[in-house]
Amino acid sequence: MTETNGFRRRFIAPAAGGLAALGAFAFGRPAAAQGADARATLAATSMIEEVKRRGTLRVGMSTFVPWAFRNRAGELIGYEIDVANRLAQDMGVRAEFVPTAWDGIVPALLAGRFDAIIGGMSITPARNLNANFTSAYSATGVDIAASRRLAQGMTTFDAWNRPNVTLVGRRGTSGITAAQRLFPRATIRQFDDDAQSILEVVNGRAHGMIGSVPRPLFATLDNPDTLFRPFENPIVRQADAMAVRKSDPDALNFLNNWILLRQLDGWLEERQAYWFSAREWRDQVPG
Amino acid sequence: MAEPPAAARGRHRRAALDILQFALFLGLLAWLMVVAAGRMGYNWQWHQVPRHIYQVFEGELILGPLLRGLLVTLEMSAIALVLTLVIGLAAALLRLSGSAAGRWLVIAYVELIRNTPLLVQLYIVYFILAPILGLERFWAGVLCLALFEGAFAAEIFRGGIQAVRLGQWEAAWTLGLSRRDAYRHIILPQALRVILPPLAGLGVSLIKHSAIVSVIAVFDLTNEGRNVISDTFMTFEIWLTVAALYLCVTVLLSLGVGLLEKRLKGAMA
Repeated sequence: MTETNGFRRRFIAPAAGGLAALGAFAFGRPAAAQGADARATLAATSMIEEVKRRGTLRVGMSTFVPWAFRNRAGELIGYEIDVANRLAQDMGVRAEFVPTAWDGIVPALLAGRFDAIIGGMSITPARNLNANFTSAYSATGVDIAASRRLAQGMTTFDAWNRPNVTLVGRRGTSGITAAQRLFPRATIRQFDDDAQSILEVVNGRAHGMIGSVPRPLFATLDNPDTLFRPFENPIVRQADAMAVRKSDPDALNFLNNWILLRQLDGWLEERQAYWFSAREWRDQVPG
Repeated sequence: MAEPPAAARGRHRRAALDILQFALFLGLLAWLMVVAAGRMGYNWQWHQVPRHIYQVFEGELILGPLLRGLLVTLEMSAIALVLTLVIGLAAALLRLSGSAAGRWLVIAYVELIRNTPLLVQLYIVYFILAPILGLERFWAGVLCLALFEGAFAAEIFRGGIQAVRLGQWEAAWTLGLSRRDAYRHIILPQALRVILPPLAGLGVSLIKHSAIVSVIAVFDLTNEGRNVISDTFMTFEIWLTVAALYLCVTVLLSLGVGLLEKRLKGAMA
């Protein structure tokens, strides 16, 4: 009995399997069946399914005021923190934040460290070639906070596009990309966080700090004696969206429609007004 | 004395086996990496790497960001190494001098530097010392590296000097040489033999430690590498290339010092 079983297992089953595979290869399977298979695989491997199974939505982010930062108690607060928490709540799961260095956040997404980047990421072609973006849900731009001592009167693009001008910003941000495009002749130095770039300008080591609206504005409000804004309006207009891995139509569809609904009911607009316009949250942060 | 042919053959076979084992191990490492990258669906783009090293436009060679960064790293390391030797020698001599104040000063310096993180020292030099002294970021980086490695160099110099036998000092004094001349003609040349190998190691560490200046946005090799990665997302390719560039420089340095050591040994024997 065991012997026949063993014989079967060892020889007949693989042979039958091999024949079936050969048959499938030679004659092809019905296209509909193949399509169903592909759909099943795609659906099963979708980020949405994984999140439902796991019960947590893992969100890649980095500290940017006022998108995501820590309050006095050390808890994460900010616009994108609200967005991610609300999204998780609407999916019936819990949001888990994965702080990641901004210059490595797209590779970390591709490596599967988290399910989506929800962190005020502006859509850029370079990023979009590597990851997919949802519909944009907040309009932002790039702005400059300049040193009163070094950059007085530098209110044209030409004045900034000179070899002796130093611009600082955070590595991997769309502000740096914009600076490289608009001011190719200027020296652009990249740091790991906004605070350090702002300190460079306050200390007179750089002419200006380039970053996403409204951080440069906040910097000038905090340092009115040393900093000013040379341009009335953002020098580049941008749109922020969530980023997910490529080839996941289910995730894109779900997130896009979630964004649509939260735009229709005014929730996104209300949150944006709270975090970006007046700084009502100011007493929550140290310093 | 001639070797019996069988022994020579055995030795050759062993060497071939060693090389084979080494190649096998390297192959295993490479395979592991490819498998890991494949599992995360990593998109290799090695063909994109060369243009970040160098480009040729109309017959003219243009250095890419990585080579430009390497030059800055080399320049910075070379200047810092010279300063390190000066600081190290001065600290060692001060430590061995009769002055108690000098001795304590050096002990405080060495312990302070060796027992705090380099990154913290860099931030202190860059954000606190540099604005007071009016130092540019490049020189702030050089100063920080030299101060850090200088503490280790001081201990290496001290060990080398103390390794010279007391009899040599006594001989120098009998000849009526001053302390300075005794150091110059008798002690330091002999100490050099002991000092050189660990000093070469220090030079290699200095080049590697120089990567830390990327956080104050000096355009060194590491900083350029990080900037390229943030533009292109080629994490694996660029970091591996950067590591290979550092490796080339440090291996060349080690080989050079090895040759120098051999010559010194010949001269001293």
